[in-house]
Amino acid sequence: MGKLKTQSLQKRNSDLAQSNRQLEILSNGIFQDGELPTFAKKIDETNQFPLRPKKLEILQINVGYMCNQVCEHCHVDAGPDRKEIMTWETMEQCLEVIRNTGAHTLDLTGGAPEMNPNFRRFVEEASKAGVKDFIVRSNLTIIRANKKYYDLPDFFKKHNVHVVSSMPHWTRGKTDKQRGEGVFDMSIKALQELNDRGYGMPDSDLRLDLVYNPSGAFLPGDQASMEKDFKKALLEDFGIHFHNLFAITNLPIARFLDYLIASENYEDYMYQLVDAYNPAAVENVMCTNTISISWDGYLFDCDFNQMLELPVASKIKHISEYNEDILNNRNIVISQHCYGCTAGAGSSCQGTVTD
Amino acid sequence: MSYYDPKDLRKFGNITEWSEELGTKFFDYYGKVFEEGALTAREKSLIALAVAHTEQCPYCIDAYTKDALQRGVTKEEMMEAIHAGAAIKGGASLVHGVMMMNKVNKLDG
Repeated sequence: MGKLKTQSLQKRNSDLAQSNRQLEILSNGIFQDGELPTFAKKIDETNQFPLRPKKLEILQINVGYMCNQVCEHCHVDAGPDRKEIMTWETMEQCLEVIRNTGAHTLDLTGGAPEMNPNFRRFVEEASKAGVKDFIVRSNLTIIRANKKYYDLPDFFKKHNVHVVSSMPHWTRGKTDKQRGEGVFDMSIKALQELNDRGYGMPDSDLRLDLVYNPSGAFLPGDQASMEKDFKKALLEDFGIHFHNLFAITNLPIARFLDYLIASENYEDYMYQLVDAYNPAAVENVMCTNTISISWDGYLFDCDFNQMLELPVASKIKHISEYNEDILNNRNIVISQHCYGCTAGAGSSCQGTVTD
Repeated sequence: MSYYDPKDLRKFGNITEWSEELGTKFFDYYGKVFEEGALTAREKSLIALAVAHTEQCPYCIDAYTKDALQRGVTKEEMMEAIHAGAAIKGGASLVHGVMMMNKVNKLDG
């Protein structure tokens, strides 16, 4: 792969590396002077405040912020310099929860989850727990980053892992602009290897889904139309198959927030999100059926709240004291970044949330 | 101060307030036009972008550049669409040259 796209906010010593600073920006300015309603006020208009969880369906575990890529808009601020990695001890606590949870989906994310030294051991153990849908969010390039990862497609297949991978566009230019030089070619190669193992092929049970998020300060288009365009282009140009495309809105946090401010798009983007607010999306927003677990075992309403260091509003704060019944009886912690999940057809790690 | 304020684009819907029936009919029609039909919504977005330029409407350029990006349209595709519009605009001027030639031939042929 070519040179990295950028550096993490942490590495740059940016003040936006501090979650408090991000939350301050999201609460000040246009939201403080009432030009735009706060998210709490907005959902209160339709009697949806406070936001409450429904049945827990997804356990999302972030096994570390280390990544081989430094994408321009990463909400994790991930990169090779990040040292936050889940220990085996915390993984064992997670396994205990996975064996007993009522959730039907286990979702491993990062950083690049494969870079955690205990990743394979964890997948082997977790796959024995009988979770219906076992997702690993793989950035694709990791599969071609180093010889020690070349066999990942076989490893995924062996454990019937559902692979979900980021792919910003079907063209080289737009992909490399967001994710770094050479990312497109490596991603294509990785997708072809996954296809070779049966991943993403029509009628195959080996699930391969792609995640699309916009390359700039605009919202994603219609998910079904984008999926059609992606499928046509990837098949015609490279013979690649995949199952579904998830269109995800960029949330105004971390490196995307930094980009919005630096490019003087912040206010316009927040207007876009608020203008596109859809109360129907609030009903199914992912924090209502997900618990997010951080690399050090703390619990959050979603991966975004994890990055903003907004823990669950429950007396159960850590995986070591996990109790699903008590956890489910909580109010979800919100701020203005939540508008990202309720714009248009809504947005979640599983794509749109309305029909 | 410019006559055009980008923030006014967000107020476009307000025109209905001073003529509800006509405004509503217009926006219903507008919405229907851009739905998927014999042409895809993506193709219509590119046509709108080209026309936005021939009409030199800053609001429309703003709106349909963003719309095209949202639909995954590349900058190369956008520029080709604009050239298609510009070629028609240029051609529309130039084809009137035939009128000039006819006139010259009649008056001074």
